[in-house]
Amino acid sequence: MRINLTINGERRDADDVWEGESLLYALRERLGLPGSKNACEQGECGSCTVYLDGTPVCSCLVAAGQADGREVTTVEGLGQGEDLHPVQKAFVERGAVQCGFCTPGLIVSTHDLLQRNPRPSDPEIREALAGNLCRCTGYEKIMDAVRDAAERAE
Amino acid sequence: MDFLAPTTWADALAAKAEQPDAVALAGGTDVMVEINFDHRRPPALLDLTRVPELREWGTDTDGRIRLGSGVTYTRVIDELGDRLPGLAMAARTVGSPQIRNRGTVGGNLGAASPAGDSHPPLLAADAEIEVASVRGVRRIPAAEFYTGVKRNALAPDELIAAVLIAPASGPQQFCKIGTRNAMVIAVSAFGLALHPQRRVVGTGIGSAAPTPRRADAAAEFLAGELAAAGLWESRDALPEGLAVEFGRKVRDAAAPIDDVRGSAAYRLHSLSVMARRAASWAWDDYRKVA
Ligand SMILES: Cc1cc2nc3c(=O)[nH]c(=O)nc-3n(C[C@H](O)[C@H](O)[C@H](O)COP(=O)(O)OP(=O)(O)OC[C@H]3O[C@@H](n4cnc5c(N)ncnc54)[C@H](O)[C@@H]3O)c2cc1C
Ligand code: FES
Ligand code: FES
Repeated sequence: MRINLTINGERRDADDVWEGESLLYALRERLGLPGSKNACEQGECGSCTVYLDGTPVCSCLVAAGQADGREVTTVEGLGQGEDLHPVQKAFVERGAVQCGFCTPGLIVSTHDLLQRNPRPSDPEIREALAGNLCRCTGYEKIMDAVRDAAERAE
Repeated sequence: MDFLAPTTWADALAAKAEQPDAVALAGGTDVMVEINFDHRRPPALLDLTRVPELREWGTDTDGRIRLGSGVTYTRVIDELGDRLPGLAMAARTVGSPQIRNRGTVGGNLGAASPAGDSHPPLLAADAEIEVASVRGVRRIPAAEFYTGVKRNALAPDELIAAVLIAPASGPQQFCKIGTRNAMVIAVSAFGLALHPQRRVVGTGIGSAAPTPRRADAAAEFLAGELAAAGLWESRDALPEGLAVEFGRKVRDAAAPIDDVRGSAAYRLHSLSVMARRAASWAWDDYRKVA
């Protein structure tokens, strides 16, 4: 089937989408957007997190057909061209990126958290990022990056 | 595979009647995992996310909350925490923010896992499940909805429309045991609701029997002892022995198995502890409202 959706502000078509296919697969394999990562395909790791109509979701658990006609924002859509978003800058500068596999999902989740709650407490950060696993950093640098991103936004 | 995406409830029911083996798809947090891992290859997916009334909740003519089957956990938490505190407490323990943004109470009922977190509070609050097909509408008490391990009372042509739950008339509690706070399938769970106007106690056990189930004998015991001692009126402290005995009776209502998440013995013990604590906490809340 064909789906048509708005991704990062742009209308896009994807053809030959299999009916059981996930939005994550369509993004990575059909739409040339490999930023969202596929690490578990079962909702556990959050590395595939994208905004669907403004709400962060695991794109591996959304059927591509469910995103037809909807708005999707991926990690690729947060910065302005080559200019990284402040959340992305904070992650880079705070050493919160090692292998980088978890990073796109964490960036989207952090972006969403700071939109809803510009000055989160540490427990609020941990709760908001509970659906994003990182196997490298031990999370301390990620906590630093989120606190830093909150300060930058002020 | 077909992908059916009706935009009205009538069309959704017609599609399900025509293709009873189509698998309903709401938040996808159960269905898509099965598809991604090749555990399921249904001939058709029936996407329900475009049916507006499933995503709404409101107050029914009889005063009960009518929760559309497609309302997400996040919305239950944000919008109904005051009226449906037991369900909202359970919703807060589901998965992660991303899962709660997508997962629905209707999907939990569709999956009918004994570990589903919606079930104990729905049982404790005497909720009814409204299901529909082109043949008509019927309402099934939660206690009759779960028919076996991951089985429910739906006929092949039926879909879940809504859940009907009275707004809390007294304190409610939900307890869940797991290995950590986030992303945890319950090892065992317990829901409790006090219904002071009716002098009734409601219970729901999760993850400790082939289906979610109530602990009716325990609930009747506690309500009866509270009445006999005049505690509903006096709002005096709950005797410790009574809470302990209630916990034992809840435990006796369970029939757990050993599995990777925990042993049957641990489930029984944790249930008795959770039930005792839930009763004490709920009773303390009841005393405060006086
Ligand atoms: C990472 C992760 C963590 C999770 N953690 C928890 C947890 O802590 N607690 C918990 O209880 N669950 C948990 N789950 C399971 C799942 O999120 C819940 O069961 C959720 O309620 C399913 O809702 P859904 O809308 O996503 O359902 P879907 O996956 O869309 O559907 C689930 C089932 O219900 C059927 N269905 C859906 N809507 C209807 C309808 N209107 N009529 C008839 N049938 C219907 C579907 O056909 C399917 O069989 C988790 C899942 C994941 C992936
Ligand atoms: S790939 Fe989607 S949550 Fe892991
Ligand atoms: S940086 Fe490697 S998983 Fe997080």
